[in-house]
Amino acid sequence: MQFTSFGFLAFAAALLLIYYLIPKKGQWMLLLGASCLFYLWAGTEYLVFILITVLTTYAATNIIGRRLQQQDAYIAKHKAELSREDRKTYKAKVKRGNRIWLIGCLVVNFSVLALCKGLLIQPFRAMAQDTGLDFLTLGLPLGISFYMFQSMGYVIDVYRGTVRPERNIFRLALFVSYFPQLIQGPISKFSLLAPQLCAPHSFDGKEVSFGLQRMLWGYFKKLVVADRIAVAVAALKGSEFTGFGFLLLSVFYAVQIYADFTGGIDITIGLSQALGIRLPENFIRPYFSKNIAEYWRRWHITLGEWMKDYIFYPISVSQPMLKLSKSARKRFGNFGKRLPVYVASVATWFVTGIWHGLTPNFILWGMLNCFFIVLSEECAPLYTKFHGKFHLKDKAWYGSFEILRMFMLMNLIRVVDLFPDVGEYWHRVGSLFTTWNISLLWDGSMMKLGLTGLDYAILGSALVLIFSVSLVQEKKGSLRALLQTKPDALRWALLFVLFVAVVLMGSYGIGYNASNFIYNQF
Amino acid sequence: MEALLNILSELHPDMDFETAQNLIDDQILDSFDIVTLVAEIDSEYDVAIPAEELIPENFNSAQAIWALIEKLMDE
Repeated sequence: MQFTSFGFLAFAAALLLIYYLIPKKGQWMLLLGASCLFYLWAGTEYLVFILITVLTTYAATNIIGRRLQQQDAYIAKHKAELSREDRKTYKAKVKRGNRIWLIGCLVVNFSVLALCKGLLIQPFRAMAQDTGLDFLTLGLPLGISFYMFQSMGYVIDVYRGTVRPERNIFRLALFVSYFPQLIQGPISKFSLLAPQLCAPHSFDGKEVSFGLQRMLWGYFKKLVVADRIAVAVAALKGSEFTGFGFLLLSVFYAVQIYADFTGGIDITIGLSQALGIRLPENFIRPYFSKNIAEYWRRWHITLGEWMKDYIFYPISVSQPMLKLSKSARKRFGNFGKRLPVYVASVATWFVTGIWHGLTPNFILWGMLNCFFIVLSEECAPLYTKFHGKFHLKDKAWYGSFEILRMFMLMNLIRVVDLFPDVGEYWHRVGSLFTTWNISLLWDGSMMKLGLTGLDYAILGSALVLIFSVSLVQEKKGSLRALLQTKPDALRWALLFVLFVAVVLMGSYGIGYNASNFIYNQF
Repeated sequence: MEALLNILSELHPDMDFETAQNLIDDQILDSFDIVTLVAEIDSEYDVAIPAEELIPENFNSAQAIWALIEKLMDE
């Protein structure tokens, strides 16, 4: 069942109605039932994968939790007899045991994920088919990268002692499988999401209204913009266009992936808000970023936070890295001091790359991001000197220049997603310096991309609207809260226009595929 | 505490770390700064800060960082 299907809208409407009619203590069970139904709808053959995650997560967290409880009880009981050193030794022993359970759980789950992702690519796919494991090659289980990372983050938090383990396996199953997040995240923290999922929720007209408005905005971005421009992206990618055509592809793809991913997240967060559940924001207008570090604080925030908390920090502050820092500092000065940060960055971006796919283009994508982040970090003193001399930051136009520079750089990095053949990507990047064919803007080529003049007009108007809304949000905060202060008639009129735009201008029918979200494939 | 203030000043010379209270929330310290800081603290005070302590509340001010160092020294 896809977010953009009428079946899903009926499903969500029925759920909302029943959710607020039944006794509150049964709401979380209804959500679990709805999540199971949603998952089964996608394919019964993949149920086994999510069950593995639920069962191993439950077992590991409860065993670790019980061992930590026993540890605290033992220390409290023998407080008088134990010296500080004794306590430390005892805790270290318990931690070693817990680590075995943690690593066991991580290995099982990430092996399943690696198997599923690996079987998407040849020759592993052919091997599985030859050995009778055809069912494994049907496609990636729904939301596996998202629910797996969310669950493993929870297991690590229990190991660290920052959250207590959930004793009720059905409540844990809801945390893992909460259906609005299954398509493309966000990846939530247990401490923020689980208490909300199981808490009673009373009907709040404002929250439900705000949630539905956000869903409508998400459908607008997905159906009017993302699915419309997807046709041109596919045409440009498949064509022999190089030079300016490649630049155009990178811009069109930037529009598509933004509208697709943020649109889907708007639907997820909006539906959850209507259910009384607040999910973390995944985007804060990323295309307004002025540098690459800022961009990654605004784009796919929850994945970035996961990588920082569970990959980047643990590697960079580990004992071997601290030792490396000390010895490298003696030899290389300031650069040596930062060496652990750079080693951890490479590891983090490598994992982020393979999270998207086990193909060379995603690894290259990760390494390009890493390279530019490290480069900008190393060049920071030069920028400071430069700006101290030329005072460009005081000029009104310079902020816009920084935003445009960042937008184009990220577009050229991101578009590698579309080229599993990395050689083809570099060939097209190289053509930017050799092929000057800007004339394709007016020589009729644009009309051969599967879009009509009307399509371009709709896209242009929709993008102006999205840009204006983003600008208001950037300067004044929530637009829905702002509209709430306006007369009802004006607010309802605007929402009605948006609804009509989705119905009349959404991309449906032959040539369009309004069902798949890009991030659903990761 | 004075050594800690010196370490922080080396990271951002223009910042008044004695009064600043929102170093993470205001994005004055980023993740690269935090890791550099952890290495410096390890070197200066022989205190290893584990990854689970790298949360905004522990790094929003010089006072919070100092409280974390004292807590880890006592453990």
